[in-house]
Amino acid sequence: MRPDPNCLMTGRLFIDGDHACSEGAIAAGCRFAAGYPITPSTEIIERLALRFPLVGGTFIQMEDELAASITAIGAVWGGAKALCVTSGPGFSLMMEHLGYAAMTETPVVFVDVQRGGPSTGLPTLPAQADMMQARFGPHGDCRFIALCPNSPQECFDLTIEAFNLAERYRVPVLLMMDEVVGHMTERVVIPPADAIDIEPRRYTDRAPGDFRLFEPREDLVPDMCRAGQGHRVHVTGLTHDERGYPVLNAAAQDRLIRRLRDKIEKNADRIIRLEEKGLEGASVAVISYGITSRVAERAIELARAAGVQVGSLRLITAWPFPADRVRRLAQEVAAIVVPELNLGQMVLEVERAVAGACPVISVDHAGGAVHPPERILDAILRAAKEGRPSSLGRSA
Amino acid sequence: MTTTASDNPVKKLLRTERMPSIWCPGCGIGTTVNCFARALAESGKNLDEVAIVSGIGCTGRVAGYLNLDSFHTTHGRALPFATGLKLANPRLNVVVYSGDGDLTAIGGNHLIHAARRNLDLLCICVNNLTYGMTGGQETPTTPTPAIASTAPYGAFEPTFNLPHLAASSGASYVARWTTFHVRQIAKSIREALDRNGFRFIELISPCPTLFLRRNRLGEAIDEMRFYRENSTVKNLADTREAELSHRGQILVGKFVDRKRPTWREAYQARHAEVLGGRFLSWDGPENGSDDGPRGPGEGDE
Amino acid sequence: MASREIKIGGLGGQGVIMAAMILGKAAALHDEKFATMIQAFGPEARGAACSAQLIIDEAPILYPYVLAPEFLVTLSQDAFRQFLPELVEGGVLLYDEDLVQIGDLPATVRAFGVPATRLAESLGRKQVLNLIVVGFFTAITGLVSEDAARAAIRETVPPSTTALNLRAFELGFSHGHALLSRR
Repeated sequence: MRPDPNCLMTGRLFIDGDHACSEGAIAAGCRFAAGYPITPSTEIIERLALRFPLVGGTFIQMEDELAASITAIGAVWGGAKALCVTSGPGFSLMMEHLGYAAMTETPVVFVDVQRGGPSTGLPTLPAQADMMQARFGPHGDCRFIALCPNSPQECFDLTIEAFNLAERYRVPVLLMMDEVVGHMTERVVIPPADAIDIEPRRYTDRAPGDFRLFEPREDLVPDMCRAGQGHRVHVTGLTHDERGYPVLNAAAQDRLIRRLRDKIEKNADRIIRLEEKGLEGASVAVISYGITSRVAERAIELARAAGVQVGSLRLITAWPFPADRVRRLAQEVAAIVVPELNLGQMVLEVERAVAGACPVISVDHAGGAVHPPERILDAILRAAKEGRPSSLGRSA
Repeated sequence: MTTTASDNPVKKLLRTERMPSIWCPGCGIGTTVNCFARALAESGKNLDEVAIVSGIGCTGRVAGYLNLDSFHTTHGRALPFATGLKLANPRLNVVVYSGDGDLTAIGGNHLIHAARRNLDLLCICVNNLTYGMTGGQETPTTPTPAIASTAPYGAFEPTFNLPHLAASSGASYVARWTTFHVRQIAKSIREALDRNGFRFIELISPCPTLFLRRNRLGEAIDEMRFYRENSTVKNLADTREAELSHRGQILVGKFVDRKRPTWREAYQARHAEVLGGRFLSWDGPENGSDDGPRGPGEGDE
Repeated sequence: MASREIKIGGLGGQGVIMAAMILGKAAALHDEKFATMIQAFGPEARGAACSAQLIIDEAPILYPYVLAPEFLVTLSQDAFRQFLPELVEGGVLLYDEDLVQIGDLPATVRAFGVPATRLAESLGRKQVLNLIVVGFFTAITGLVSEDAARAAIRETVPPSTTALNLRAFELGFSHGHALLSRR
């Protein structure tokens, strides 16, 4: 499907990542947004409040993030593509509804522009410290997809991708921005409508009475409907059967919760997007995401100038985690360096995948700024020195 | 829909395959559902375009028993869910059906804001003065000094006067009945279904297992007698008079019935005024722009 | 061309952010270069002080922040005092000579003053001070082309003020041009 060209600001803009996210949502066909003002994500809802009345969308500022997140979910069941937007403490408040969206298989997009925490923390300064919350935030076992843009352009592109993935897998998708990408202004190219693919909702073609809202197709994803189509569906956060009716026992739980996991894990190869640069023959790999990937690239340039063969693996998709790729990478390089704006989150997942096959060096940061590139450079140089001896020959 | 005497209109509206319900013998929730179903059947609304949204709790289970598009949401959040549902598809008749704990304690903030915005929602609040599902704890409506499991020496907090709360927050329609008043409940719901804006109906209902037993108030039948003997009907009463007290008089009736612009009407009026022809309204998924969702069977090619 | 780092500081209401926005747009949308602009956020940015950082490069910009500006534009005494120590050796200082007393500068600083406030007032609108500065910056630094700057102005300012803003740009530009040719 293609976006409505009349709604697209096709052309070259000089806008920040927050505004680019809003434009991405409009391009993706999102016509409903609910939010509550919170720095540094507020510009996203401000732009939607301005733009939606011109493109046939509805924005409502709710009384808190609990409300905003479930209002967006309600809008999806009403038949709109919808998102909710937040940062910091607001993301914590949205956790129950992230779980509800996962349980009810609601295709909805949550945007978190990460800032320093915990609690009120650093409202106007960056962090990447919600990455594990984007995986384990709600109670119970559930899976989501999480994407990490590293530029305003990617805020646009990945917002569209987030909506497409949400529809394809009937799952909440998290756009994990950070304060820097949210607030930095750069060139953003908005393509013409015929160059943008948008995923339609997978509405069932079955007749009312013959449709089960939670009966998976071969890809483990069930088809969708909306209120008012005559299917008279039941949607609940309780453990349920394929009709959506509550079934409160261990067997129903096992069946449902495993499928919710498997529909993401078994489709992981189709979901995951990575950017690899210079990994061929590299002795050191840097794994990074979001704004830190750009700081890391600067460090990689410096390291190469110092004679180290170092490459980069950028996580565009953080969840599901590309464990297979990282496992293979650990066989190819002498050491892996993981810089991130937290005290070590995604590095835990890297270590799990690497499983001791090579040293993994965390370059942590409590947030509030980006890394000085020299700190990442030092880690790369140390990795080149301390990495597995068998691979070291390839460096110098 | 037309009904005849031999054709039970309520049955069609129930998911009979899910019966029996979880509600205790003597519980008033089923009575309210019966009244609701009757009113809905009589309203002639296209039932495919009626959606019901509940929160969590005993009344929260109502959604699951009605043969409508039904949404059992999270605790306290039925109203914001319904807000999104209704605004995304304005053709739907959206009914929020939940309990006093769900709507006025954990969801209290959403209640006053839904009324303030005058969202086009019918909100039915079954007030049994306690949290039934979790074992009879104190809610914002438990009267002093009733006993609750978390108020073992008797409740002492002041309570909410729900009709007054809803009316002063901006609701378009406010009524209160007890489960003794089955005909009036059905009539009120029937009337409210044809109104617009935020419509709040409080239904005072017995919880025999927890509230009545713990307070030594007898059986459900005794409570019906109490409701009959202690209710005073006073339509268009000042809602300040609607305060409830433990075993005191119960003011019932239709208190508020007024016209105010709904959220969507105000949204459209404001944007049309400022933007003129540039304003593009979302009128629901069928009428949305090209990239909006489409009807069944069209979305999967 | 290596990465060129620019910092612009002044007071709220002077149009500091818009000046940075126009220069960034000129580079990124019309000169086919790359530009990254970050404005100061936070409570400290809500009051009087206001600043923006801009990086212009011919290659994609990796590190997004200005670490050591090669060009510093100051439109208030506070901004001058705060940011001057950050200027690299041999850096270029542009300032509004009506608002900033520069005193004795380090020998390596190349300073260029413009009576931006007076020039703006000569056009009858003090608010176009920032466009005077954009014109001046364009002439002195050559980091963005004249045509790109004009195009960026046209697409940034409200249409009813385009002519006035372009006049302000020309005024600042000629002042800078004349200053350079005198040196």
